[in-house]
Amino acid sequence: MEHVPEDRHIFYQVLTRKITMLIVIVSFFPMLLTTGILFSRFNGAYADKVRAHISELVQKHTQNIDTFLAEKTGNIRFMAQNFNPRQQSAEAFLKQNLALLKKEYGDVFTDVGLVDDKGIQFAYEGPFNLKNADYSSAQWFLMAQDQSVYISDVFAGLRGHPHFIIAVHLQGQDSHYILRSTINFGAFNSLVENIHLGKTGMAFIVNARGSLQTQTHVDLLPEVIQSVPKPKDFNDKATVFIKKEDNTGREYVCVAAMFKNIDWMMVFHQDLDDAFRDLQSTKWLTLSIFTLGCIAIVFVAFALPRNIVHLLSSADKKSEVMNRQVVESGKLATIGELAAGIAHEINNPVAIMVEEAGWIEDLLEEEDLKQCENLDEFTRALRQINTQGRRCKEITHKLLSFARKTDSTINDVQVNDSIREIVSLTGQMARYNNVIIETRLNEGIPYIRISPSELQQVILNLINNAIDAMEKTGGTISIETKISHIENKHLVIVIQDNGPGIPRDNLARIFDPFFTTKPVGKGTGLGLSICYGIIEKMNGKIDVQSEVGAGTKFRIWIPFQEIEEQTT
Amino acid sequence: MDQNKDKNRTISVLLVDDEKGYLNVLSNRLSKRSIHATKAFSGTQGIQILRKHDFDVVVLDLKMEDMDGIEVLKIMKKMVPDLPVIILTGHGSQTAAREGMAQGAFDYLSKPCELQELMDKIRDAHKNREPL
Repeated sequence: MEHVPEDRHIFYQVLTRKITMLIVIVSFFPMLLTTGILFSRFNGAYADKVRAHISELVQKHTQNIDTFLAEKTGNIRFMAQNFNPRQQSAEAFLKQNLALLKKEYGDVFTDVGLVDDKGIQFAYEGPFNLKNADYSSAQWFLMAQDQSVYISDVFAGLRGHPHFIIAVHLQGQDSHYILRSTINFGAFNSLVENIHLGKTGMAFIVNARGSLQTQTHVDLLPEVIQSVPKPKDFNDKATVFIKKEDNTGREYVCVAAMFKNIDWMMVFHQDLDDAFRDLQSTKWLTLSIFTLGCIAIVFVAFALPRNIVHLLSSADKKSEVMNRQVVESGKLATIGELAAGIAHEINNPVAIMVEEAGWIEDLLEEEDLKQCENLDEFTRALRQINTQGRRCKEITHKLLSFARKTDSTINDVQVNDSIREIVSLTGQMARYNNVIIETRLNEGIPYIRISPSELQQVILNLINNAIDAMEKTGGTISIETKISHIENKHLVIVIQDNGPGIPRDNLARIFDPFFTTKPVGKGTGLGLSICYGIIEKMNGKIDVQSEVGAGTKFRIWIPFQEIEEQTT
Repeated sequence: MDQNKDKNRTISVLLVDDEKGYLNVLSNRLSKRSIHATKAFSGTQGIQILRKHDFDVVVLDLKMEDMDGIEVLKIMKKMVPDLPVIILTGHGSQTAAREGMAQGAFDYLSKPCELQELMDKIRDAHKNREPL
């Protein structure tokens, strides 16, 4: 429970909330904005970079294959131009040239053959037995009729495994032929198959109708092959980039480039996650840092204001206690001055009264008053004046001594005397409340250097509290002084009552400022906290033990050094 | 006995106090007890009287309207350095009393005091001053 006034409590709550909000706004939103902007910019730049990289790769390989095809076509055309049936038999020509080609290019060219205008291959050189094969109905033959050079799609043909053909039209003197050569599919395929990027990046070639022209090491879904860009999509661009999702929900990218020499298309295919893997990991890293940042901000935004406000509230409390202390001691000082004034004003007339009574006594001695009936009564009355005058003197001296003690100047103090003075001051009130004050004062206590008025304030407060507690029941307050030799020398003052005691819950908070169990307007809740402050200032210690129904015991330790042996 | 003789000798005392009523009755009572008391109703008056006459002891109030008792004490001590001065005041301040003692006062009493006590102090002061 906070012992602060309600409006102050609300003020602290509002302050906490305001600081929290401020921290959140000032640090959270700029961070959110910065992270967002940076990430989106980075995302864009990185995606552009990945696209450019793949496009470049595709273009480069497209050019490679274009060059390959142009070169092989050029080889066959060159060969065709050199054919002269009059000088050399067709078989000999083919054999010689295939040997030359194999020597120059290795296994790229599988075979060569000459086909007449009826589609019959009248001469053949190669590993298969294809002499006199009839190509009249083969698609490549029909297509090659109208073009000087023709490159076929990949097909199985008569030999039963994939290959493609380069056919060159030859115009003889009386007839025309077609010189055809089969390109080794493996050699061609490896040009495409070796394109790899990441884990899933691979390339393949499709023809104008969208049929696959190369082998791939994974099975491609037909829809993936169907979805490759169409030639019309290019619009004069070198490559086309598309992003799609297959029916298993996996996103992928396709980058396509057209060949120059043939209406085939080079297609690069990669899973989107794979292509943007680095971006993805950056995204996670950014998100993690951002989340950690948010947590840190939230933690600081909640913890920091609490701490600050807590410090503020305890500083406020302290200053409040000090203010009250100043006010209290100011009040005491004012009362002290007033008391001193009154005492002085009273002392003089009382002195005159007492002396005048004495004077009457003196004079009465001289008179012969043996006959006087009232002589005894005169004497008694004069003695009474004297007694009461002395009583007045005692009262004014107490007032004056109280006035003297209201400053916090440090003096050599005989604690027992201070206690006696307080006991005599509070005696009247104690008697009124049926409370007996007993003292057990160790006479061996030396003079110690403290502020006498502050010590009296503490003892007075404890006695007053004890009297208040036993207001209804009456009881005994015992005050004991002794010397303790534990660690350093300490003066110990024990003030014990046999009143109702303090409940355990209240005991822990008894020295807290503003904690009071007295009715509103009766106690400020500062008495004991001021006592605590005073004893702490003396480098001393104050503690309390209490049992409900048995009583309460306050113990005060004040350290002292026995340096001066002086007495008055 | 010698002491008794000494006790019975008239001692001349100067009483300085601005409380006329107190001074009158006190001087009457002292005179009745063989102490010759001269009254001064202010600090200034006390100093003036001291200039003209010799006294065995001075009884001085601390708080007077015209002059502060401590100031009077200082002047008197300058005039007659071995003059014993007893401070008798209604102002119970121990600080003032301590200052008085520091300035060379013989002793300190607070009003109202027992006449016997005052007389004892006066006699002590006088005895102290007289060379043995």
